[in-house]
Amino acid sequence: MAELNVENKGGKKKKGAKKMSTRVDFTPMVDLGFLLITFFMLTTTLIKPQTMEISMPSKDKVTDENQTKIKESKAITILLGKDDILYYYFGMQKDGVDPELIKTDYSAKGIRDVLLQKNAEIVLKISDLKKEKITKKMSDEDYKKRATEIKGLKSSPVVLIKASDDASYKNLVDILDEMQICNIGKYAIVDITEYDLSLIKKLNG
Amino acid sequence: MPKVKVQRKSTAVDMTAMCDVAFLLLTFFMLTSNFTQKEAIQVVTPSSISEIKIPETNIMSILVDKDGKVFFGIDKADNRIALLDEIAKENNLTFSKEEKYAFSLTGTFGVPLNKLKAFLDLPPEARDLKENAIGIPCDSTDNQFKSWVRLGRKVNPALRIAIKADQKTPFPKIKTVMSTLQDLRENRYNLITSLEEAPKGL
Repeated sequence: MAELNVENKGGKKKKGAKKMSTRVDFTPMVDLGFLLITFFMLTTTLIKPQTMEISMPSKDKVTDENQTKIKESKAITILLGKDDILYYYFGMQKDGVDPELIKTDYSAKGIRDVLLQKNAEIVLKISDLKKEKITKKMSDEDYKKRATEIKGLKSSPVVLIKASDDASYKNLVDILDEMQICNIGKYAIVDITEYDLSLIKKLNG
Repeated sequence: MPKVKVQRKSTAVDMTAMCDVAFLLLTFFMLTSNFTQKEAIQVVTPSSISEIKIPETNIMSILVDKDGKVFFGIDKADNRIALLDEIAKENNLTFSKEEKYAFSLTGTFGVPLNKLKAFLDLPPEARDLKENAIGIPCDSTDNQFKSWVRLGRKVNPALRIAIKADQKTPFPKIKTVMSTLQDLRENRYNLITSLEEAPKGL
């Protein structure tokens, strides 16, 4: 009996069927994994940059026939001056009388108040539309379509943006931003005229 | 009293679960990532409330730094090579295979045509140097920027124009870029801005 046992043990060893553990140390693999994660996290940009879409008027010569006439009472001209100052006036020169030029700034109490006041009707309609969108669960497309309809109404003011040479790019973007905030649908960036510059000069003495 | 026996436990932790998480995250980041294209210059964009996102592909980017220097670039390596071929044809220049390859890897660049060849011959790390950020001529006497935009449009008609300018850029510099685009009848474009919170109650 005893002999048999010994023999058995020896036989097993010779066959070499030693059971090895299948466990692998995962620590280096985790290290590698996290290293790569860190790399990808630092190199990626998850936030896509925002853009502002603008369409400029084309440079083609406009004939008198297809020129869009704007009602004088609806026109607001904004002049961008230096040092983040801007000026605005309503209407245009009439019978040799200059329109009153008013100085203001880009803050919420500045040009925004003026534009909101001038555009009160549209702003009201848009905020009604926004409420309607929330309560009735309007689709985004519907909302956009109706919003552009409202903004295009005949009664909406037309804003002419004229930047002087002293204005910066930030001023331009800020004023375009105000157009969006105040729901102004009709605006254009136009070249500043000598007349506008003379108005600023006169105001500043 | 019998002593409390502290059982010795192995400190080895099963790393499999952690490994799973790590690779799951890795896969996520690899699939969602698109690498930031290196830009010739750093610009601080002004902020706006606009929330429209820029599309990922087919972008013609125009960078304007605060001194008004103009930089230009289009995406996709194939298009860049085609663009370089077009510009070479128009200006009677020749570019070697290596130079074309170097151009296909350049995101945005700002060198005038007469220096472009020398610029592409530089080793990649030297191309980022400040003295190589000259800007593309964009004035009325020598408007190379105009031909870049025109040929860029020819190479890939689906391109959308994105202007990324520094907030301190004086307006006249922006105006020259804009009026050049107007000359080419490119009347719709995007201005890249950073996000700013919209005022409440409006």
